[in-house]
Amino acid sequence: MPASSPRVGLFVTCLVDLMRPSVGFAAVKLLENAGCRVEVPATQTCCGQPAYNSGDRGDTRDIARGMIEAFTGFDYVVVPSGSCAGMIHEHYPALFADEPETLAKARELAACTHELVSFLVDVMKVERVEAAYRGTVTYHDSCSGLRELKIKKQPRQLLGSVSGLTLKELPGAEICCGFGGTFCVKYPDISERMAAEKADDIGATGADTLLAGDMGCLMNMAGKLHRKGSPVRVRHVAEVLAGITDAPPIGEPKA
Amino acid sequence: MQSTTRDFKDNVKKAIVEPGLQKALGMMKTGFQVRRLAAIEKLPEFEQLRDQARDIKNHVLENLDFYLERFERKVTEAGGKVHWCRTADEAREAILGICRGVGARTVTKGKSMIAEEIALNDFLEEKGIEPIETDLGEYIIQLRREPPSHIIAPAIHLNKTDVIDAFQKAHTHLDPDRPMEEPTTLLEEARGVLRPKFLAADVGITGANFMIAETGSTIIVTNEGNGDLTQILPKAHVVLASLEKLVPTFEDAATILRLLARSATGQEFSVYTTVSTGPRRPGDLDGPEEFHVVLLDNGRTNILGTEFQEMLRCIRCSACLNHCPVYATVGGHAYGWVYPGPMGAVLTPTLIGIEEAGHLPNASTFCGRCESVCPMRIPLPKMMRHWREREFERHLSPASVRAGLAFWAWFAKRPRLYRLATGMAARLLGLFGRANGRYGWLPLASGWTKGRDFPAPEGKTFMNQWAKREKAS
Repeated sequence: MPASSPRVGLFVTCLVDLMRPSVGFAAVKLLENAGCRVEVPATQTCCGQPAYNSGDRGDTRDIARGMIEAFTGFDYVVVPSGSCAGMIHEHYPALFADEPETLAKARELAACTHELVSFLVDVMKVERVEAAYRGTVTYHDSCSGLRELKIKKQPRQLLGSVSGLTLKELPGAEICCGFGGTFCVKYPDISERMAAEKADDIGATGADTLLAGDMGCLMNMAGKLHRKGSPVRVRHVAEVLAGITDAPPIGEPKA
Repeated sequence: MQSTTRDFKDNVKKAIVEPGLQKALGMMKTGFQVRRLAAIEKLPEFEQLRDQARDIKNHVLENLDFYLERFERKVTEAGGKVHWCRTADEAREAILGICRGVGARTVTKGKSMIAEEIALNDFLEEKGIEPIETDLGEYIIQLRREPPSHIIAPAIHLNKTDVIDAFQKAHTHLDPDRPMEEPTTLLEEARGVLRPKFLAADVGITGANFMIAETGSTIIVTNEGNGDLTQILPKAHVVLASLEKLVPTFEDAATILRLLARSATGQEFSVYTTVSTGPRRPGDLDGPEEFHVVLLDNGRTNILGTEFQEMLRCIRCSACLNHCPVYATVGGHAYGWVYPGPMGAVLTPTLIGIEEAGHLPNASTFCGRCESVCPMRIPLPKMMRHWREREFERHLSPASVRAGLAFWAWFAKRPRLYRLATGMAARLLGLFGRANGRYGWLPLASGWTKGRDFPAPEGKTFMNQWAKREKAS
């Protein structure tokens, strides 16, 4: 690997860490293939969104401070989630408006933090991946990535280079799946109805696989699809792009 | 209007199983969105107009006292009168005074959300004055004695059969066997019933989409022309408006008008844009003898200078409602008060208190679609989050949520213990979920598992696997 290759801190996110490590390894592979040196700071935990979106600014700031410390000094920080990347990129600086020193660090971190797929395309100028996937996939645009970070074309561009893969656009791909972090626990009735509509839309595409870039949304949609008895398989987009699809799809038993 | 916002969760439970409502919501979902998109695609300067509109309103809010006084001076010069009302009560009394002054027995009304906010119809009825809604949607819901469920489409929760039913019950002077299947027939019928009421009314009350400080004029936009008849025919015209409707000049109003209809219905312009300046002048062919502006504060000045000030830019276009997946799931009545959807989630707590309206800013996934379509660039999710912060500070959020959050945050701040805890959780959940790959039921997550499965984790955390891999290499 050339010495000039950027040093990337991977923030794996709490959900990937806990629920689906395969996504983390897929991210590492994609980043390394793009010429990055990947490190995984051991003191990372969570971006703090559950506290932030519950109005708990105190805990959010404490958690953010830990994150800033863990990820200071990298050329880039990359996150396999639009939501968690958006939290750091869009919201961390606003948390420290009254603390100039931390604010400067938060801004620095915000500026170098990217969501995985958009980082590969926009920063590393990756145009294609070496991967194969047999099947017709449809793609859901998770809200934070789409609206806070303007991620729309990048995953489609890279999916277009996966051999054997056909992309069928999902009608209403930009409509929330109903996950919403703590929302799905606080207002399960609304959340469930939104997930049901999304599952219907996914089913109607005729695709055999659903992809997206955020674990929360994926777990929500997979959970609803399974409850409905749908055969659609659900994976994080990074798994397919990296060609790491040996783990069973989300919510399915080992074969 | 009596709020049922505290019962939001119960309202939701009813709304999601109500077939008529769900059918009506299904119909509205795509219409507004598709038409808005088509309209703005034809206007390349749409994004710049949004910036300009935001700046105009920000300027007004920074100089509200100046423009309010100027507006009053101009209204007075034109022969009208401004009534300053701090509260809903003061506004109701001011309107009653005007009605009594002209000996009013009936009042026609154009569409006005402020009239809903101050529960004007109930009040007038109590005082022996009959209010008659003249906007078709408002007329229908008045017959059904229910509040609007949407700002620009107040009867959007209803289907044709509901309207037929309401007309059958109310228009008893007509042949009960008349044909009513065609929407145009229903429209004709409403017109026929309303026409004599327009002519008989002593006072006409309208809202205002804009108040123009430079001339003391007010502007309403309608698609039915009912507003014109409401304000021209009676003896007195009352404009009922909240103070943030102010803009400095006609040109400013014109800028925002280019955004309003496009954002609302996808029209380039509403069918009628009607300007009123003072009462009838000598030589005028028509117009009221009296012109009153009832200017309502009702708590709005309290949010000037706070993190909620930007909410006062809102022009009530309903784009946020039309694009909100939560609104599309539960409809407007579930929100329990006058203003539904994302704008209501921010505004309602400022008007009736966060104790009463606490659910509203929480019932959002923060998907951000509302902000992305708001013509006035109001950061609605950010302000909902500010409400959540106030609730958290004041210990108003539910104890179970606070406890869960505190438990999780304690670990999230201690990486080593967090690692141990997540490692155990992943192993346990992975172990028991391995056979099926998912859970049909989980303790503490019944809200999720009632309608969805919960995917089982792979079994080992990424961080543990990574640490082992690093050690090995």
